[in-house]
Amino acid sequence: MQILQYLINGISIGAVYAIIALGYTMVYGIAKMLNFAHGDVIMVGAYISFCVTNYLGLPAIVSILAAMIVCTVLGIIIEALAYKPLRGTSSLAVLITAIGVSYFLQNAAQLIWGSAPKNFTSIVTFKPFSLAGGELVITGEVIITIVISVLIMVGLTLFTGKTRMGKAMRAVSEDRDAAQLMGINVNQTISMTFAIGSALAAVAGVLLCSTVPTLMPTTGSMPGIRAFTAAVIGGIGSIPGAMLGGILLGVIETFSKKYISTEFSDAIVFAVLILILLVKPAGLLGKQVQEKV
Amino acid sequence: MKKVFALVMAAMMVVAMFAGCGSSSSADAGTIKIGMTGPLTGGAAIYGTAVEAGMKIAVEEINAAAGEDGLKIAFQSQDDEHDGEKALNAYNTLKDWGMQFFAGAVTTGPCLQIAPETVEDQIFMMTPSGSSDKIANSGSNIFQMCFTDPNQGASAAQLVYDQQMATTIGIIYDNSDDYSKGLMQGFKTKAAELGMEIAIETAFTADNKSDLSTQVTQCKDAGCDFVFLPFYYTEAAQVLTYADKIGYEPTFFGCDGMDGILSMEGFDTSLAEGLALMTPFNPDAPESQEFVAKYQEMMNGEIPNQFAADGYDVIYAIYNACVATGVDGATSAADACAKLEEYFASCTFDGLTGTGMTWNEAGMISKIPAAVIIQDGKYVAM
Repeated sequence: MQILQYLINGISIGAVYAIIALGYTMVYGIAKMLNFAHGDVIMVGAYISFCVTNYLGLPAIVSILAAMIVCTVLGIIIEALAYKPLRGTSSLAVLITAIGVSYFLQNAAQLIWGSAPKNFTSIVTFKPFSLAGGELVITGEVIITIVISVLIMVGLTLFTGKTRMGKAMRAVSEDRDAAQLMGINVNQTISMTFAIGSALAAVAGVLLCSTVPTLMPTTGSMPGIRAFTAAVIGGIGSIPGAMLGGILLGVIETFSKKYISTEFSDAIVFAVLILILLVKPAGLLGKQVQEKV
Repeated sequence: MKKVFALVMAAMMVVAMFAGCGSSSSADAGTIKIGMTGPLTGGAAIYGTAVEAGMKIAVEEINAAAGEDGLKIAFQSQDDEHDGEKALNAYNTLKDWGMQFFAGAVTTGPCLQIAPETVEDQIFMMTPSGSSDKIANSGSNIFQMCFTDPNQGASAAQLVYDQQMATTIGIIYDNSDDYSKGLMQGFKTKAAELGMEIAIETAFTADNKSDLSTQVTQCKDAGCDFVFLPFYYTEAAQVLTYADKIGYEPTFFGCDGMDGILSMEGFDTSLAEGLALMTPFNPDAPESQEFVAKYQEMMNGEIPNQFAADGYDVIYAIYNACVATGVDGATSAADACAKLEEYFASCTFDGLTGTGMTWNEAGMISKIPAAVIIQDGKYVAM
């Protein structure tokens, strides 16, 4: 029974990583860049949701929509101001810029909302399920997070597979120049990717803070890095891979805390990452792409 | 481009020169200079800004009461962002300003960086809230206003024993934080002396503290009816929220870092009902009201925490010592330091954070530990 409780705890945090990882993987798969500011967009989303529920007194669902709208706009602005001018330059320049954007967002958040941590009120209002006489507790957040992450995964897979815009995204991902020659507006497609990725970040932010209530300007950075790891484990660029990687990472983290050491959980998680990459360099579900020289 | 850069640099230097003039022109015998560094921005800013505001209130009160001929205080604060390197720069800036007494730093890391410098410069140092025992042990010129971590942990264990609060004890602590480790060790040593058994001891680190559900579940599984939480309220809020979700209701017991949990924005204070904590300062006590009112006026209605009160007390302690030993603005920092060292070895001080405070020769404080329990969203003395 005990082991089940830890498994649930692991899946709970893992599902949050999975949603964050979906955003990472989506942007990487299409724009071919690591958006290290993704974790901080999550934090902004959580703050917006917090403000809407706590200061304006509006219901949770409105706060999520508001967070998604603000983050979408923010994502498009970041892309237009910070990444678009660097398109075509070395990927290192874009990476460093992304780190810069990350710091900018953290410090801006501190300026706007202050450095004192806020306690996020969970959006889930129904009571936890108690099984086996209270020995096993499944909180509402776990269920909601898993349901939403599966929905997002399925939605994204359908979107990139079936819709016109989704097909354009895959085309841009495969060969940017050829896509442009075929009449696809590459800039617009990449902006769209950022818009979707940032809207996902807003949802992730709300769910992250519903699971772990502490909200401060650095809230997004550590989960962001873990989710990036999850995306790499699952195979960066692969949508189901991000989901798998996220859940796996959460479970490994929780089990290593329980059975090995609460302090070395990070070391163990990253050791697993190295092992997986040694065996499968493209990640669990990643495609091995031959580079033409 | 280079020309523009050079011009901007030149302009900045001129401004800096004037800024320097402005602050150093106020040197006279009737004014002592007290400097402070602390995290005024960054992740730990909540502590730095609280100490700064508490100190400013004390300085204003003293200067208003001093009148025409009395001894006044010139006060300057510098931001160290809770970073050792920046703290040294901030300290050097204060020295250039002509600081005689150093009333910092706020957090332990920067305190340990600056402490050897003050020993070399022979500048009197009293930290309001740096609580590692290593700080006071760095030199004879260094004093602390707050308890050292092991002492606080030990008094917490004594209190738990005296009040018979626990049968099965669990401890969750932050193994990447000196403060938390010091408290935990103090508590554990004292608990062992008193014959109290600790059923489980589980830790987290700064990097993996975003999810503490495993640690709480471990305490639940071990059947603990008492959980000691020697860390800050940010993480404690997480522990309390998760414990509530899984229906786990032991007695939670925190230290002074827990102070502030009730004013945390968005926190459901009903979760903290029954939470006990060690804190030297109770904002709900009648003798604190005047200070609370002034603080709220300065800080947009925020309730002061113990850091603010520590800061306030440090300024009064230094000022009282100066008046008693005849130190004024013309005394050199080294002479003032020697006189204050001697004074603090034998004085007693009454302040917001306690009465009858004394210091031992290492510079560690001794005051009666006070604990409160949260009832109906308020601190009630235990």
